[in-house]
Amino acid sequence: MSDTRLSVLKTYKLYVGGKFPRSESGRVYEVSDSKGKWLANAPLSSRKDARDAVVAARKAFGGWSGATAYNRGQVLYRVAEMLEGRRDQFVREVGEAEGLSKSKSAAVVDATIDRWVWYAGWTDKIAQVVGGGNPVAGPFFNLSSPEPTGVVAVLAPQESSFLGLVSVLAPVIATGNTAIVVASEKSPLPALSLAEVLATSDVPGGVVNVLSGRTAEIATPLAAHQDVNAIDLAGADESLAKELEIAAADNLKRVLRPQPVDYAETPGIDRMTAFLETKTVWHPTGSLGASGSSY
Amino acid sequence: MPSSALTAAHPLKDVAASDSALRRFLHGLPGVDAVGLEGRAASLGTRSIKTTAKAYAIDLAISMVDLTTLEGADTPGKVRALGAKAVKPDPTDRTTPSTAAVCVYPDMVAVAKEAVAGSGVKVASVATAFPAGRAALDVKLADVRDAVAAGADEIDMVIDRGAFLSGRYVKVYDEITAVKEACGTSARLKVIFETGELSTYDNIRRASWLGMLAGADFIKTSTGKVAVNATPANTLLMLEAVRDFKAQTGIQVGVKPAGGIRTSKDAIKFLVLVNETAGEDWLDNHWFRFGASSLLNDLLMQRQKLATGRYSGPDYVTVD
Repeated sequence: MSDTRLSVLKTYKLYVGGKFPRSESGRVYEVSDSKGKWLANAPLSSRKDARDAVVAARKAFGGWSGATAYNRGQVLYRVAEMLEGRRDQFVREVGEAEGLSKSKSAAVVDATIDRWVWYAGWTDKIAQVVGGGNPVAGPFFNLSSPEPTGVVAVLAPQESSFLGLVSVLAPVIATGNTAIVVASEKSPLPALSLAEVLATSDVPGGVVNVLSGRTAEIATPLAAHQDVNAIDLAGADESLAKELEIAAADNLKRVLRPQPVDYAETPGIDRMTAFLETKTVWHPTGSLGASGSSY
Repeated sequence: MPSSALTAAHPLKDVAASDSALRRFLHGLPGVDAVGLEGRAASLGTRSIKTTAKAYAIDLAISMVDLTTLEGADTPGKVRALGAKAVKPDPTDRTTPSTAAVCVYPDMVAVAKEAVAGSGVKVASVATAFPAGRAALDVKLADVRDAVAAGADEIDMVIDRGAFLSGRYVKVYDEITAVKEACGTSARLKVIFETGELSTYDNIRRASWLGMLAGADFIKTSTGKVAVNATPANTLLMLEAVRDFKAQTGIQVGVKPAGGIRTSKDAIKFLVLVNETAGEDWLDNHWFRFGASSLLNDLLMQRQKLATGRYSGPDYVTVD
């Protein structure tokens, strides 16, 4: 018997509605590392995969946005725990994708896991920061609270295949939105592996959907889709971003334009507030007594 | 329109003369090859219908929908809203065809009638102690007369599955003929078999023939109230039955799958079955219907997608 073992190659698949389908189109494309060596075949998604992902994300939205912020925080922290367990795999994949040495790649993965934890902590704190009671001239309690926008399409950054990905995805779902992520076109493997982590943590199916393929091909139907409420253009180049923004205007999507970001920096709350809407309610305090107050 | 009664001279006229004759006839029907039937239904479901054919199919399917609300919580307001939707399914696009009918409980017929007045949309009413059908014949007939008197254009009756399954075919036959008589000349009769409760394909074939012999204008799969409703296979079986019945008697009978058809893709698969089995004569809302409620929204979203090139969403159709 030979002592060389046959290699077991991994079939990377999409992540849609909590399942791992192949692309509806049956297509794949070759993914290679920074030096051009073949790594794996990744699914080449079509617009129908994008459509299916939107349906899944819409279906998951009610449950995820309705979950308590505390519960969402717990679930996201659990994702960080699972990432920690797969640390070695991600160190290898990120190193291959971005051409980093093992120690640099490990630093990126650690930063990424810390980023999840950071956003997991924000889920039940963002409301205090961007919401609150408003002083009004009348016998009312006037309260503003942040509400998730809905289904958000996220074009992940092209260069930072893991830290960048998490930096744009985590804020979207931390606040209760559901997401369709278009992975980095050149290096989709960390994103597709992240999907496996999400599936084995407690994130409900459909909250995050991961598509790989040509960014322009998948993003175009997503930007025009009437059931997508917002789009983050982080992974689009200038001309594509312009085109997508025009398509997105049709149903007044919220659009986050691409901007230069150093993903290693502490991010701030802008990416969370970009996909929040403010709901303000006026609640009567009751009739005023002679003293000017009903209390 | 061909008459839906067999003439006295027809050889099939006497099969219901007695319980034993009817049993002999129904049990003499060829058995159903279940594997072949399901295989055929599945293979016809793989047809790819695109572009102009798809646009045609979607409009045809919209025009075949019996827009249905059969809830204990139905209010006149809901029925009026449904009626308005049946007349103009997509107010933003006036080229959208109306649906075939609205389908309601008997006490809502008058409201529905008023809501669709002058539009050509018909009002169908379930009757005969729908959905169980467990009531005395007098009660069932009163239910039917009530709906007809309120102006129902179509009556959807349920057969007595208990009698059918225990082999009392003449009882089922007599009930259908009595209900048919109560419908008079103004209302068309749809006979619901509740295929999910008939256990076998052979039974579905027998029930189809029994219904047609008794004078049904339409045979309908199910009430939508049980676990298994319309499937491509049982609809295919019923389409074969109406095709064969027409070949033998010259009488055309319609088919209505109901329940569980929710997407345009499913609806188009059924239309393929109709075209390939019964033929083009049935590709008309006089002879084929979909009993559905949520299907219409999906058809409208697909229609918008074809018209604009963008995927539509549930925010752009009504919430029923």
